[in-house]
Amino acid sequence: MSQPQSNGSPLVRIDGVEKYFQRGAEKIHVLAELNLTVAPGEFLALMGPSGSGKSTLLNLIGGLDRPTKGTVTVAGERIDQLSDRQLADWRARHIGFVFQLYNLIPVLNAERNVELPLLLTHLTGAQRAKHVAAALALVGLSHRAKHFPRTMSGGEQQRVGIARGIVTDPTLLLCDEPTGDLDRKAGDEILDLLGALNREQGKTIVMVTHDPHASARASRTVHLFKGQITSEAVK
Amino acid sequence: MQSGPLNWLSQVAAITKFGLLSIPQRRGAVAATICGTAGVVTVFIGVLSIAAGFRRVMASSGAPDAAIVLRSGADSEMVSGFGREETRLIADAPGLARNARGPLVSAELFVIINLPKRSTGTDANVPLRGVEGAAAEVREQLKIVSGRMFEPGKNEVIVGAGAAREFAGLDVGAVVKVGRESWPVVGIYTANGGLAESEMWTDAKVLQAAYQRGDSFQSVYARLASPGAFDQFKDALTTNPRLNVKVQRVSDYYAEQSTMLASLITGLGVLIAALMAVGAVFGALNTMYSAVAARTREIATLRALGFGRGAVVLALMVESLVLALGGGAIGALAAYAVFNNFTAATMNWQSFSQVTFAFAVTPALLVQGVIWATLIGLIGGLLPAVRAARLPIASALREL
Repeated sequence: MSQPQSNGSPLVRIDGVEKYFQRGAEKIHVLAELNLTVAPGEFLALMGPSGSGKSTLLNLIGGLDRPTKGTVTVAGERIDQLSDRQLADWRARHIGFVFQLYNLIPVLNAERNVELPLLLTHLTGAQRAKHVAAALALVGLSHRAKHFPRTMSGGEQQRVGIARGIVTDPTLLLCDEPTGDLDRKAGDEILDLLGALNREQGKTIVMVTHDPHASARASRTVHLFKGQITSEAVK
Repeated sequence: MQSGPLNWLSQVAAITKFGLLSIPQRRGAVAATICGTAGVVTVFIGVLSIAAGFRRVMASSGAPDAAIVLRSGADSEMVSGFGREETRLIADAPGLARNARGPLVSAELFVIINLPKRSTGTDANVPLRGVEGAAAEVREQLKIVSGRMFEPGKNEVIVGAGAAREFAGLDVGAVVKVGRESWPVVGIYTANGGLAESEMWTDAKVLQAAYQRGDSFQSVYARLASPGAFDQFKDALTTNPRLNVKVQRVSDYYAEQSTMLASLITGLGVLIAALMAVGAVFGALNTMYSAVAARTREIATLRALGFGRGAVVLALMVESLVLALGGGAIGALAAYAVFNNFTAATMNWQSFSQVTFAFAVTPALLVQGVIWATLIGLIGGLLPAVRAARLPIASALREL
């Protein structure tokens, strides 16, 4: 896994971003004039109550959604201007996702799930197998490679989800409530793993959570309320 | 890491694989689609195999060197008529094959008698044809398979294998009673599956006497010296001022005779299959919509990871197509098993008599059945696939 190169410029830059949805005549603002940067190698937690816009912000950074106004720049590239197809390619190259509900494909075993993002690359089968084995080893699940999601605990499934998120060595790992569906013990293990990936592998991580226990593991925490950043705390 | 068009196919293959692997979780809807498509294809092939079988009987009824002569303006033997003198002139025409006894020509007449069908016991029309001595040689495919040929001058009949199968009381040794006449059955013949197998034959002179037809005939069947001699034969007859006749190859004549019924059956078959196909398309739509609904989060996850919208559409179309083709294959096999060579008799409206024939599930029909299945799969898969591709990724990722 490569270490991100820091040259002083932020990895993520959100400038004057607005996001609203139109419901009939009503405009529902989700994000309002928001500015944010994420430095390479940072572990950022986005916190806030439901409806504060933290997930929408994560989706904008991950290229799953576009801002109504403003710019989103990741690794020097304006992603708010990319077409759907370009965004899909961009996501495959730069983003690793970790979801609250793991989002594993139930009919595939652990290693096949982890291999999924590699199907979008030009790697050979043997090269893919090598990357998959490395990712599963990193999350401590080499022995469960052939197991299907239904036979795994929530914590193990989330580890597989993380292995899938990092297998392509993405620029940015985005985690949406990664411990939201886990008990405290399993949640702690996942947070330990994310922390280790950040510290030891240099992964830049942006994590949405509403759990202060989880955000405490991040190097910086940004609080959102009604679509605006209300406070920041650096560890 | 880089992605590109090379990987597009592997994306499609991967998504299709997940879809097919998840079929056991959706087996009810999938089974409905497969059965629905199989039903359409079975019915389509089944109904059209009737028309194909009927056409095959008509097409095997005439060798290329066989000709039929009717009175000019007659569409069928039913409305044609000749005197003895005219049949002699026809027999003298050039271009005919000959043997030691003279030209291979048979002046014929036929009447329609009622016999009970084996299947229902109800009476149906069977042609009883009076033929001359050369009739069997004119139709070189004719073969006595049981018993013997009738003797000229006697009230004896030989029965086509199709007629013997469909009608009661036509076994060798049986006696057919029509009006005051009794006709012992002395033989059963085949005619290469052709129309003659639906008939009964006797000596023309005996039939003329029994039905008080004097010395009149309705048609003349002739064997040509070669298929190429047809024009010579035809020109000689049509330019003869003493004759007013129409000359056709037997194969063309029967093809014409079968047109009405074959077209009717084909039209009905396509109509029935089309109506059923509409139902099957809705079945396929339902299956694929439920597939998309059940896999909303899965599809959104793949899209989030970078799988393309087009790959999702194509993969779902492929899945729908695979299901429909599976149904189509089952339907085609079922149609072949059930309908091929299934024998039946139906009314030929041009001769007002029964034609016995075997349903024919031809390779062309099987291909057409598969094409129907393909269309059902494509139409049934398109809308759900487009819907899947349009799912908003961000919200679909959180679907339960």
